[in-house]
Amino acid sequence: MQIEIILNGKKVAMNVKNDEYLADTLRAHGVSSVRKGCDTTCCGLCTIWIEEKPVLSCAALSIRANGKSITTMEGLYNEAEEFAQVLVAEGSEQCGFCSPGFIMTVLAMKRELNNPTEEDIVHYLTGNLCRCTGYMGQLRAIKKYLGVMQHEPCR
Amino acid sequence: MFTIKEFAQPKTIEEAYNTLVSKRNNAVIGGSAFLRMGSKKIATAVDLSKLGLNYIKDRAEHIEIGASTTFREIETSPLLINHFNGVVSNSVKHIIGIQFRNIVTIGASVFSKYGFSDLITALLALDAEVVLYQAGRMSLNDFLERPYGRDILISVLIKKNQRQASYQHLRNSISDYPIINVAVSRLDNQWNIAVGARPQKAAIAKKASEVLSNSFSLEHLEHYADIAAEELTFGSNERGTAKYRQAMCKVLVKRAIMEVLLCK
Amino acid sequence: MSLVGKSIPKIDGMAIATGKPVYTEDMAPPNALVVKLLRSPHAFARIKSIDTSKAESIENVECIFTHKDVPKCRFTLAGQSYPEPSPYDRLILDEIVRYAGDEVAIIAAADEETAEKAMKLIKVDYEVFEPVLDFEKAIDHPSIIHQETDLHCNFDIGMQQERNIVSCQKVEVGNVEEELKKCHTVVEETCYIQAQAHAMMETYRAFSYLDHTGRLVVVSSTQIPFHVRRQLSRALNIPASKIRVIKPRIGGGFGGKQTGAVEIFTALVTQTTGKPAKIIYDRKETFSVTNSRHAMRLKVRLGADKEGYIRAMDIQGLSDTGAYGEHASTTFMVVGQKTLPLYNKTRAVRFMGNVVYTNKMPAGAFRGYGATQGTFALETAVNKLAERLNMDPTEVRLKNLIKEGETSLVSGGIKLGSSTLHKCIARGRELIGWNDKYPRREVGDNKVRALGMAVTMQGSGIANIDTASAEIRLNDDGNFTLLIGSTDMGTGSDTILSQMAAEVLETSVEKIIVHAADTDISPYDPGSYASSTTYVTGMAVVKAAEDLKKQIIESGARILEVSADEVELDGQKITTINEGKTISIEKIAELQVLGFGGNRQLVGNATHGSSISPPPFIAGFAEVEVDKETGKVKLIDYVAVVDCGTVINPNLATIQAEGGLVQGIGLAMYEDVRYDKVGRMTTNSFMQYKIPTRKDIGNIRVTFEESFEPSGPFGAKSIGEVVINTPAPAIIEAVYNAVGVRLTDLPITPEKVFLAMQQI
Repeated sequence: MQIEIILNGKKVAMNVKNDEYLADTLRAHGVSSVRKGCDTTCCGLCTIWIEEKPVLSCAALSIRANGKSITTMEGLYNEAEEFAQVLVAEGSEQCGFCSPGFIMTVLAMKRELNNPTEEDIVHYLTGNLCRCTGYMGQLRAIKKYLGVMQHEPCR
Repeated sequence: MFTIKEFAQPKTIEEAYNTLVSKRNNAVIGGSAFLRMGSKKIATAVDLSKLGLNYIKDRAEHIEIGASTTFREIETSPLLINHFNGVVSNSVKHIIGIQFRNIVTIGASVFSKYGFSDLITALLALDAEVVLYQAGRMSLNDFLERPYGRDILISVLIKKNQRQASYQHLRNSISDYPIINVAVSRLDNQWNIAVGARPQKAAIAKKASEVLSNSFSLEHLEHYADIAAEELTFGSNERGTAKYRQAMCKVLVKRAIMEVLLCK
Repeated sequence: MSLVGKSIPKIDGMAIATGKPVYTEDMAPPNALVVKLLRSPHAFARIKSIDTSKAESIENVECIFTHKDVPKCRFTLAGQSYPEPSPYDRLILDEIVRYAGDEVAIIAAADEETAEKAMKLIKVDYEVFEPVLDFEKAIDHPSIIHQETDLHCNFDIGMQQERNIVSCQKVEVGNVEEELKKCHTVVEETCYIQAQAHAMMETYRAFSYLDHTGRLVVVSSTQIPFHVRRQLSRALNIPASKIRVIKPRIGGGFGGKQTGAVEIFTALVTQTTGKPAKIIYDRKETFSVTNSRHAMRLKVRLGADKEGYIRAMDIQGLSDTGAYGEHASTTFMVVGQKTLPLYNKTRAVRFMGNVVYTNKMPAGAFRGYGATQGTFALETAVNKLAERLNMDPTEVRLKNLIKEGETSLVSGGIKLGSSTLHKCIARGRELIGWNDKYPRREVGDNKVRALGMAVTMQGSGIANIDTASAEIRLNDDGNFTLLIGSTDMGTGSDTILSQMAAEVLETSVEKIIVHAADTDISPYDPGSYASSTTYVTGMAVVKAAEDLKKQIIESGARILEVSADEVELDGQKITTINEGKTISIEKIAELQVLGFGGNRQLVGNATHGSSISPPPFIAGFAEVEVDKETGKVKLIDYVAVVDCGTVINPNLATIQAEGGLVQGIGLAMYEDVRYDKVGRMTTNSFMQYKIPTRKDIGNIRVTFEESFEPSGPFGAKSIGEVVINTPAPAIIEAVYNAVGVRLTDLPITPEKVFLAMQQI
């Protein structure tokens, strides 16, 4: 079926199968920031925004996105880059494979939560798995990025 | 791998229902997250997203939650956070991650009667009702006990009252399915104990609830918990043995009652 | 030193973090055939017949291979230097399938849907055998897993095929039984370590095509491009010169990608059809048909004298290598190698046991590589010994651990070159609050908090085996190109190596282009594994850079018409000491590259191997909170104090350490591998196999106590593996101190803790 989505602010028409998920549709469309990590809707790598809300693109049927606004990292590039610089300065991108999904969730959190505590941050990001970093460096980067005062020094 | 042959987005519930029942292998798709893990061959997938069922409404008597409401909306709803000690919100907030909870819906979860459901246990303890297109309005408890049938869940109703409640769950990794979960509520002197992830679907510990309601005494806390653990059945799966679940049922019931008692 | 010790951001950091198409799948040609594998549903069976005719008749199916169609030369997929110590016990496809998931047919089609459809139409008739699923019953089991007569071992590793034994080992110095008899206190502990999954975020994947000269090019998310080239050459029977292996950015490896899981399948398809082909494993395949940590049972006996000196150490092990023997003997050997030298007041030590075949997914290399298993068992026993001796566990260690300049019974007279482990323990005690919090305190609500600790050592590269080459050239514009064959899998090794080169050449990292890894271009490197890249490849880079520096100085001096000892290099230019005449490096480069009359482009070269494998050390401290009613363990705080020699890049080292600790926490508490009764893995998704989330780990604190390793680049040792070893024994001990149960069967789930508490 033909659908029309607003991908990063631009109208895009694409043909999708009825049982196709957005993660596959977007990757086939050349969106390299969307990465798949699990096949069971629980790793967070493929996080994008539908109508400004962070969702797993591997769990969202493409056909249902018809007429909706889809945001991937490519559409938030400057903001994503700004946070990525903090993340990279901390060394906590490591293999980088989970970074785009993680960054998309961080940027959604920035919009949704005001002055989040460390606990709020951890809760918001629990669905983003990472096997390399042990998460602590990511937390340091978020705190620096959001300017949250550290309650306790991490090191 | 699951497949969908046709895709329908009906504009009315009637149309949705008629499409659903017109073929044996037609199916309603809820959030579409759990769908991908199965291998269903769906002839026509009925998508309810155009039916306007995404709402949490503050009615005179009830809080009404539309079937398409997502877990994240439930988690963050001020209405739900401020009622019943926030147990409904609490029950969903450990499920995987927010990007998952922004997809999965109450309708799909309740209708599927998932054994591992956190939400059903909480709703059950609150004496929630469900509204089905065909079967009409009934208590969640009755719905859970009915055989699976073809119908469309429209909404979940929770009576607004001074009910106090607590939700308890035991998980190893926080994002895992619960090993067991318990919700307890009290309205005046009526207690309700619900236990889920046994791993069978949630059920009310009727005897324990009754004993507790008839004669509450703080010294007998263990006793009520024991009754609940004795009257319900528990099974084993990879997350825990029946024996462990039974033992944990006692612990969580006790803790839930304690927490309710602390509510003012 | 201006660059070593600086937290330089990773040179590829921004590209990988912001979703640029730099990983294997991103680069696959759009028209590549999709390769899928039909797998055995049975744990052990013989293929009686296989019919692919229906499947082949489907439109857009390119080709299907069965065991009848593939070369019959056995090989190993272990990424090890040739001659590999792993047995050649595999075929691309075999008539016998040895675990549920073993490959039965290779299908290549124009798209995934067609390949899947074809797969369903292949008819296979199996003769099902009784599988060997319990590794403790493998030896002399009626089912013999490898009966083939063409199985080959390059070395005598103690293979006894008819008994399902892959390797049998024994190391003993002194007489352990005699020494144990003399000891005042003897403890024994038997530990079980599960077959942990690597669970790197990027699953296994590769694609291949033929280049303009008809050579086979394989692009793979691998830690071992040179070994993959050799594997392909042997398995496909084509000369290595006709194969090129390229490694792009990798989404994590942890040792999993030290085994060639997927390359052979696309390579066979491309080699046969001439067409590009790709294979992307899904998560289920990654969990269930690649490789894992070796599950082991280790029985430790320790004997100490009255003063608390450990005099005898005995470790008897059994290791489960699964269906094939990748890394079987070496992983097991490392159990002993990284434990026996640690406590050097011993008079007798022994390590012995067997590695067995079972009908389960093959094990392979995994961060820690036997040391993780060995450390868990040894440190659990040491903690138990401390209790028996009525000594503080930190004191027992301070008294018994090997120190810098000392030897052990198994170190062949070689003195330990560097160690700050004693300082690490002291610092860790301070940070965790040992004096106040050890061993336990009630915190109310049926909860109790307690501490536990453990120490560990690993190695830095494989002594006398790992040999890396590096090349660095001065380009025409005065910049440098550093060519290496090591495989940055997210660790930041490309960055660290460029820091080292820049340090020697007194230039900046921005002036160095790093190229890795491509077997056509890169100098030989075994790949990034065995904690070798900083230490072994790093030293090769330092030597290559020094070689180039010398050439630059000589060239500058020649141009300035003085002798080389009369000039200085400051990174920008060469200056004569006496007259202050200068020439810039750009100018030297220009003259050397473009110059006529015998000039040549300056290239520094070096090959380096080490005769020793200096151990990095860690002291790890855990604070847990145990719910006495449920058995649920919550990790509150973890402190790791690390001696990895000189820290080349503090941020990257910290992240490596934190990540390894969390992987170790997963091993200790959450990550369970389960099979059903017929041998099918049931923990084959992130829903069932739980790696820690950020809510599961508490606070993690890493700090460094630098030592200076004389044989390492700028005094550096390794960090990649050692970091995973301490959490399991430290957490288990903390739980013991909390509730009195010492669980030795990982992971410690709430149920296990609860049930054990019921027993006391």
